[in-house]
Amino acid sequence: MTDLLGNLALGFSTALSLQNLGLAFIGCLVGTLIGVLPGIGPIATITMLLPITFSFDPIGALIMLAGIYYGAQYGGSTTAILVNIPGEVTAIVTTLDGHQMAKQGRAGVALGIAAIGSFFAGCVATVVIAALAAPLVKLALLFGPAEYFSLMVLGLAFAVVLARGSVPKALSMILLGLLLSTIGTDIETGAERLTFGLNALTSGIDFAVLAMGVIGFAEVLKNLEAPEQRDLTKAPIGRLLPGMEDLKRAAAPIVRGTLLGTALGILPGNGAVLGPFASYALEKKLAKDPRRFGRGAIEGVAGPESANNAGAQSSFIPLLTLGIPPNAVMALMVGAMTIHGIVPGPLVMTKNAKLFWGMIASMWVGNLMLLIINLPLVGIWVKFLNVPYRLMYPAILVFSCIGIYSVNNSPSDVMLTAVFALVGYALLKLGFETAPLLLGYVLGRLMEENLRRALLIARGHFTTFVERPVSAGLLGAALIVLVAAILPAVRQRRAEVFTE
Amino acid sequence: MSKRLSIVAALAAALAPAAQAAYPERPITLIVPFAAGGPTDVVARIVGDNMSRTLGQQVVVENVTGAGGTTGTTRGAQANPDGCTITMGHMGTHGAAPAVYPNLKYDPLKDFVPIGLAAGTPILIVAKKNFPAKDLKEFVTYVKANSEKLNEAHAGVGSVSHTTCSLLNSILGIKPTRVPYQGTGPALNDLVGGQVDYMCDQIVNLTPQIQAGSIKAYGIATEKRSPALPDVPTTKEGGLAEFQVSAWNALFAPKGTPNEIVTKLNGALVKALDDEHTRKRLLDLGAEIADKEGRSPEALRKLVTSEIARWNKVLKTQTASAK
Repeated sequence: MTDLLGNLALGFSTALSLQNLGLAFIGCLVGTLIGVLPGIGPIATITMLLPITFSFDPIGALIMLAGIYYGAQYGGSTTAILVNIPGEVTAIVTTLDGHQMAKQGRAGVALGIAAIGSFFAGCVATVVIAALAAPLVKLALLFGPAEYFSLMVLGLAFAVVLARGSVPKALSMILLGLLLSTIGTDIETGAERLTFGLNALTSGIDFAVLAMGVIGFAEVLKNLEAPEQRDLTKAPIGRLLPGMEDLKRAAAPIVRGTLLGTALGILPGNGAVLGPFASYALEKKLAKDPRRFGRGAIEGVAGPESANNAGAQSSFIPLLTLGIPPNAVMALMVGAMTIHGIVPGPLVMTKNAKLFWGMIASMWVGNLMLLIINLPLVGIWVKFLNVPYRLMYPAILVFSCIGIYSVNNSPSDVMLTAVFALVGYALLKLGFETAPLLLGYVLGRLMEENLRRALLIARGHFTTFVERPVSAGLLGAALIVLVAAILPAVRQRRAEVFTE
Repeated sequence: MSKRLSIVAALAAALAPAAQAAYPERPITLIVPFAAGGPTDVVARIVGDNMSRTLGQQVVVENVTGAGGTTGTTRGAQANPDGCTITMGHMGTHGAAPAVYPNLKYDPLKDFVPIGLAAGTPILIVAKKNFPAKDLKEFVTYVKANSEKLNEAHAGVGSVSHTTCSLLNSILGIKPTRVPYQGTGPALNDLVGGQVDYMCDQIVNLTPQIQAGSIKAYGIATEKRSPALPDVPTTKEGGLAEFQVSAWNALFAPKGTPNEIVTKLNGALVKALDDEHTRKRLLDLGAEIADKEGRSPEALRKLVTSEIARWNKVLKTQTASAK
């Protein structure tokens, strides 16, 4: 315990130096501003800004990069709430209720609760990382391909819960998402699948392309249908920050979301993506009136946003303790460290104690900065909603196209987004929800790869999934979630069919 | 008339070198066909940083990822041959790719002009920490006897870990189960966790894990031991001299790029590789810097030719035996 306090003291003395405080602030600010541009998520932001950090000392550079990461992550939620465009996988869930809140004139409350929830989650995750990083990661290593497969099955079960309307429609969307995820080069054989010989499809469809097309652009198309329905400006802006009533409602979801997000973020196989989905599903199940979800329930923003930020932070655990990046953003952080001459690995904690604890302390500092930056910004973001459609939509489309292009520097991605915009619009008209499709897409690839890996290692015996206790437990949980989701739906099918 | 012509000729002669001396007049885009932060990207950024100073123009790294690096390399092959877009190719994109991808949209030799070899990262044979062998000799005996039971991890068909381990497997004549991962990180993760038995990969990725004892290293596939890991014997010392391989990274320009530009770029590259600071940063990573003779465009052309032949042989027999 005294060790921990001593280490934290070392960390804070590093992170609170004037230079590092300044870098954390700049990182968070720049990250927020760029992250708000639709389509430009943390990966693109860090890649773009990586060269600026070359001139700083390694600790300062990493603190700034971590700030950019949180900032961009948070900025992505802002776009999801304001204009219904999820820049990152984890922001899909935020569009569900966050954007509905914005439509009801409660954009400020949604943004505020997201900032507060994220800050709380950040504080908890920092403590968890500081106290438990080393033992937790040993547990996480027990997760092999079979366990990841079962975890993804559980994730798909959440997708069914996520659905507002009919279960068969949600299932068909999940299946479509799974199918889309099979496009691209197969990693086991190198064969191209469903690419029709197109260069643009050889590495699969980028998440940003799909998400911006079917959710963001489709939303723009839908709103253009009825230009006079200016619900955003007609609705009163309302209060800017959450009131006592809102905070009361959001408190428990924030705590639960934080715990879920932290736990899933520790898994090295990018378990963090599941955090927000799991949190949303949980809140919807626990709610007295689940029908409020998808119509602007504050719990549907508070829980997932907290889970998102907790996961974003705890996904540093595999990186800092093992030196193994769990996802693309962390791989970039590894790159940044290597460029600065620090090779991250199990020894960083002892060999580079100042850097290790400095980073952990700066996580908390970064979260505080985000709160300080974002609460005043809420007022400005909300004003954007008053911009007339004829100015706002072209601007959104242009910035989105720039964002999509910047992900892979590829013009064909922009064309693909246009195609998916039409697909998304058609789905919207036919009453299909697109969130399950995106979740199916995100989980599909992870699920397929882990399924094949597990079967290769087990030499083709499917029993491996039930023989391994953790995997069996996860499959059991998936079954329970599914039954719980489908039973009431089957019973009240007629009563619960909703259209937008 | 003839006098006027000669003046024009003289003017043209005077202007021509001036026009060339002006290269590069805009920033140079260096396409790295792999993700930012990976070994090739890090080499490109370190070398590019020094080349910027020599050339007087920023060398901007652009990461174009996908399909084992072939997406970005295709883009590099189709770029304007004006020296303002060059590509950091490597062992995979300019060596193994023709054997891995039957529909490859470029020819590593015909569609590119070689500029020069930059640096390579040595390959190591590593195994999970409780692998029952204490040195390379025992490793070889064990894998030969238990080939059917073993799981080898790699980062996807065509990746460095996949191609180099194909070479190892073909030298040893073994057929383990090959488990694909999306990148080296996840593969290494499962090796540390003991879900898979062994793999081959670049030193940069492995050093911290080896130093921490979370995985075992059996040999480094280079002539000399690496200063980054002085305790790891070479494959030659361990009795497996045939396994010699390095993930080399080299600069290429699109075909049709004028000779003067190639020479200028080569000059900047050579200067970067001689720079103390740049060398130190590369060596800290465990990279091998190309020696004097190895840095010329001709040497690179020879290397690419021999690599294509080598990987064609290894990978064709490996995939044939897999079927």
